[in-house]
Amino acid sequence: MTAKISYDSVEVGTEVPVREFRVNRADLVRYAGASGDFNPIHWNEKFAKEVGLPDVIAHGAYTMAEAARVVSDWAGDPGALVEYGVRFTRPVVVPNDDKGAVVEIGAKVAAKLDDEARTVRLDITATSAGQKVLGRARAVVRLA
Amino acid sequence: MALDQSFVGRSYPPTAPYEVGREKIREFAESLGDTNPVHTDPEAARALGYPDVIAPPTFVFTITFKAAGKQVIEDPQLGLDYSRVVHGDQRFEYTRPVRAGDRLTVTSTIDSIKSLAGNDILSVRGEVHDESGDHVATSFTTLVARAADAEVEESR
Repeated sequence: MTAKISYDSVEVGTEVPVREFRVNRADLVRYAGASGDFNPIHWNEKFAKEVGLPDVIAHGAYTMAEAARVVSDWAGDPGALVEYGVRFTRPVVVPNDDKGAVVEIGAKVAAKLDDEARTVRLDITATSAGQKVLGRARAVVRLA
Repeated sequence: MALDQSFVGRSYPPTAPYEVGREKIREFAESLGDTNPVHTDPEAARALGYPDVIAPPTFVFTITFKAAGKQVIEDPQLGLDYSRVVHGDQRFEYTRPVRAGDRLTVTSTIDSIKSLAGNDILSVRGEVHDESGDHVATSFTTLVARAADAEVEESR
């Protein structure tokens, strides 16, 4: 594993810049195919509404994956993640238009965990339409 | 309808090996719009010290979710209403990233079953091992089967 950010160069409070990810219905269909999660709440508006959702919602794991990129792209190595967890606090509702939904994701070094293992904990924020969509989103990353 | 508590602690047999292919990793990365070459170019992966392309960190969920789906979610005795299931939370512990050429088995265990405001909350742990029996990752998944008359916000 070869993270590009060194443990010594970060401190608590070091921020990972916020990035925007746009997600539309076609992205969800592609993700359904790639992940094998074909739950119709992620692509069938009629079905989603019948089970009480406002509209088609993005796979939680899709949003989680985009949040992981913010951390792994920063660290320089997706294999540098030691632990990663999120709570899906609110669904990302994806309208059937050419704009879809936008998720804004950022992160901040919350703790330096282990000087020897060179691990830090990042707290991740993810919002869509002004609402927090991931809660307790945290990644433990091994830095260089 | 509350799920049967006696399922807590139940482990299912290890799944047949899932063989991870380079093109599957590519497909998954592309579905995320992730252009990091470490997912598609073996040379880029080797430059980071990996023997072959590695999957994005959440890829392992597709394998553990498939295992949980076939064994737990569709367990007729458990009786979970999949049409009302949403993903509540998800956590991974990684020993190493999933890579092309891996043959991975998943052992699923029901860690807990809770009932909250009519919602069934099911926590499933998936231990992922490679062909040599070495640990690759553990996935902790919480699924929420929403009550039939609940609004989605109330269940969260």
